[in-house]
Amino acid sequence: MPNRVVIALKVLVHIACLAPIAWLVVHLFESNLGPDPTHTVTFFTGRGTLRLLVITLAITPVRRLIPKLSWIIRFRRMLGLYAFFYCCLHLLTYVWLYAGFSLSEMVDDISQRKFITAGLAAWIMMVPLALTSTAWSIRKLGGKNWARLHWLTYLAAIAGVVHYWWGVKQGDRTPLEITVVLCIVLAARPVLAWVRS
Amino acid sequence: MAVGAVGAAALTVERFAHVMRPDSVCADTKLATVPSPLSTQGLTPTSLYDITHYNNFYEFGPGKDDPSRYAGSLKTRPWSVAVEGLVKNKKTFDIDALMKLRPLEDRVYRFRCVEAWSMVIPWVGYSLSEFIKQCDPLPSAKYVQFLSLDNPSEEPGIREVGLDWPYSEGLRMDEAMHPLTLLTFGLYGEVLPNQDGAPVRVVVPWKYGFKSAKSIVKVRFVDKQPHTTWNDMASNEYGFYSNVNPNVDHPRWSQKTERVIGAPIWKQRQPTLMFNGYADQVASLYQGMDLRKYY
Repeated sequence: MPNRVVIALKVLVHIACLAPIAWLVVHLFESNLGPDPTHTVTFFTGRGTLRLLVITLAITPVRRLIPKLSWIIRFRRMLGLYAFFYCCLHLLTYVWLYAGFSLSEMVDDISQRKFITAGLAAWIMMVPLALTSTAWSIRKLGGKNWARLHWLTYLAAIAGVVHYWWGVKQGDRTPLEITVVLCIVLAARPVLAWVRS
Repeated sequence: MAVGAVGAAALTVERFAHVMRPDSVCADTKLATVPSPLSTQGLTPTSLYDITHYNNFYEFGPGKDDPSRYAGSLKTRPWSVAVEGLVKNKKTFDIDALMKLRPLEDRVYRFRCVEAWSMVIPWVGYSLSEFIKQCDPLPSAKYVQFLSLDNPSEEPGIREVGLDWPYSEGLRMDEAMHPLTLLTFGLYGEVLPNQDGAPVRVVVPWKYGFKSAKSIVKVRFVDKQPHTTWNDMASNEYGFYSNVNPNVDHPRWSQKTERVIGAPIWKQRQPTLMFNGYADQVASLYQGMDLRKYY
């Protein structure tokens, strides 16, 4: 894929990832996020995180399935970083709008509520991934170690989906969609490896 | 991949677009009402738009906007309420007769959902106790059970949501007889919009919203605590009493504060009041009870 095209596509991906946030901020200042804006922002940023994580994880299986698309690897880092960015916004939503920046509230929540523990675990796992996303880190860690560390992406995605299920009430099946897609992405690697062998 | 991301972004935007879409409200029938000393003073009611577009009414689907979208298919006439169980005689009340049983009062109440959000709603109705007196319950009746309409052809959520239908709620007799407990036919001076529990519901302002059964078709007087829908679903999360109590947390969130519906995002949090601010009137009902055990 020529460089020009990749750059143009990267610009598009940036727009696609930032436009929803711009939309959210504009509506936030216009007090136009529905009857329960806190809830709207929470789910907007949370779902955004999971979607971006799943897209990031889909890159490798898609490349293996369609070798012609190998060049999409060049989008993986930015998508992963956007997933982390959405995750930080989601965490900020909690710290500001739910816990009111109160440390004791947060400690209470983390120790008593497993869905918050799972969500925080997902964010914590994403921190080293974001920090080691540079080419320099890959050189420094060595490709193998770096790849091993970045397996955490899978765990973070799983923790995120578990957080979603534990957070909604029993009988609410809205997390099902993203769960199915994540399962497909998780299964794709071993299945593709088995088919090829 | 860019296409995928654009798609995801578009989906996200689309998902919330309807929240912002102005919509007409179903109700358009004015009710003749009288003022009531039991109305809560000094509160600004939540907008009619929010009251009619942010609902938990699983008979129409699990989403907050599902009731406003799908409750149009509910037929509220003809409608009758059957009274059975421990009563002198079984009876059936026609809805129009029921609305004329007593003068309809304007009662502004706080409304606190177990999900930690709240509204202020100007209900229209009369004390449930007035209705119960007409039912002639036997002295052995200790609880009242309310059963909601269970008709999948008018309520599309019934097939979609995995709850045990019909929706069942209940109150202890003294709770049901308390003057604040309202048999409700309207809000904002008009008949109840379908999505708010038309044509008749109860409102128990000191309990979490799910205790206030909607679209009631059957009232049953019983001697034992009746089964209730959310308690069946997750008894550790939703107790039979479910009195609003900032000191007893829901397993998944704190109940100390609530999000005010319709407030700007930076002013949405406010402290939750014991018994939702009705402690002076109702705390005596629970004297000597451990409210942590009987949550």
